[in-house]
Amino acid sequence: MIQLKNISKHFGKLKALDGVTTICEKSECIALIGPNGCGKTTLIKTILGMVVPDSGSITFKGDNILKHWQYRDQIGYMPQMGRYPDNMTIGQVLGMMKDIRGKSEGLDEDLIKAFSVQNLLDKRMGTLSGGTIQKVSAALAFLFNPSVLILDEPTAGLDPVASELFKEKILAEKDKGKLVLITSHILSDLDDLVTRIIYMQDGKLIFHKSIEELRQDTGEERLVKSIAQVMISNYE
Amino acid sequence: MNKIIKYVITDILRNKIVLIYTVFLLAASFSVFSLEDNSSKGLLSLLNVILIVVPLVSIIFSTIYMYNSAEFIELLVSQPLKRNTIWLSLFTGLASSLSIAFLIGAGIPVLIYQANLVGFTMILTGVLLSIIFAAIAFLATVQTRDKAKGIGAAIMLWLYFSLLFDGLVLFILFQFADYPMENAMIGLSALNPIDLSRILILLQLDVSAMMGYTGAVFKDFFGASNGLIFSFFVLLSWIVIPVWYSTHKFNSKDL
Repeated sequence: MIQLKNISKHFGKLKALDGVTTICEKSECIALIGPNGCGKTTLIKTILGMVVPDSGSITFKGDNILKHWQYRDQIGYMPQMGRYPDNMTIGQVLGMMKDIRGKSEGLDEDLIKAFSVQNLLDKRMGTLSGGTIQKVSAALAFLFNPSVLILDEPTAGLDPVASELFKEKILAEKDKGKLVLITSHILSDLDDLVTRIIYMQDGKLIFHKSIEELRQDTGEERLVKSIAQVMISNYE
Repeated sequence: MNKIIKYVITDILRNKIVLIYTVFLLAASFSVFSLEDNSSKGLLSLLNVILIVVPLVSIIFSTIYMYNSAEFIELLVSQPLKRNTIWLSLFTGLASSLSIAFLIGAGIPVLIYQANLVGFTMILTGVLLSIIFAAIAFLATVQTRDKAKGIGAAIMLWLYFSLLFDGLVLFILFQFADYPMENAMIGLSALNPIDLSRILILLQLDVSAMMGYTGAVFKDFFGASNGLIFSFFVLLSWIVIPVWYSTHKFNSKDL
């Protein structure tokens, strides 16, 4: 579904991405894991076209995404820190997104209901807590039934109840045949969600394995322990 | 594209600064016209207010607005929208709200007291200046991510165009006093939209004493009508070139 070939990106002297090549198929839930500053968010942003890579190509369902924008219609993106115009209310933001996407039917409002966002529609974005903003971002990412979901640190600010509801939703969407890309440092959250792991370090993709392979290779049952083992062996 | 323009304009209206700007222009224009017994004198005083205030408000407000909209832009870029569309819609929204504010604030009084060719030229140049300085603000914001740097650059640009430029022209003039400088001066004046607007209006008012050196040369070189057309097209290119360049830059910007 998404194919990355030799993606490299520099920010000044910093090499944010260094020859990343991989393929993500549908009906998978892929975790992007790696230490801070290893290029996870940059990788996600290149897929979304927010960061333009120095070299390499990205194809989405067979089409190169460079200079294209229509493909983003099929992506739901939840940013690490959702930032919205302070003056707008939640209701206005939701309305605006519907307006921009040009869709008002067949919407997936499960998360809006689950997080009781409809009770907060008059609140201005500038007055919301970090967790509530995360809820709005999550609801927006799922709202348009996209075939790819890209979630950057989705559970970081959510309370335990919301976090559980959210995980159930992700599993349900994956079972419908969607591709879900998640980055997270909370490995225990990922344990029963993900089917594949991409491990990155210093902008390089170290491995891309299914979770069974990883378990076999490290001999650990829990994701937390197997990743810890990988991280320590790669840590300088 | 229209949807984004709509959101930008409602956001600006909610912000109230543009409303205050409109009221200020209204108050300034009416008081200037009622202070002078001769309304063409009033127009002249208003000209000086407009040449200072319009560029200042346009460039500073646009720059700060663009930096404050960084989140909004980021949100839009992750949606199925063309970057060109996003950037040009933001520009259209900002430039049109500033122009409308000017049209209401200064346009109405001018039409009441001086509904002639000079009045119309003045309204036209005021609108053009609003758009030009919004375009220059876009240039400043696309160049740097640092808010303080961007706003600083905007203030410096305004200072340069409204104060430093004239000093620079005089300096060059005295340095090269022995050479025929007339044609070079016309080229120089094209480098400053404020200077050009002043010439555009004064060419019609026929008050050479107010024109400054470039204006006098201008009149001599072109005669009134050619000078008018020339300066109008140069002002237009002051909009087109910065907007084109900033759009080009924004297309490959990392967010």
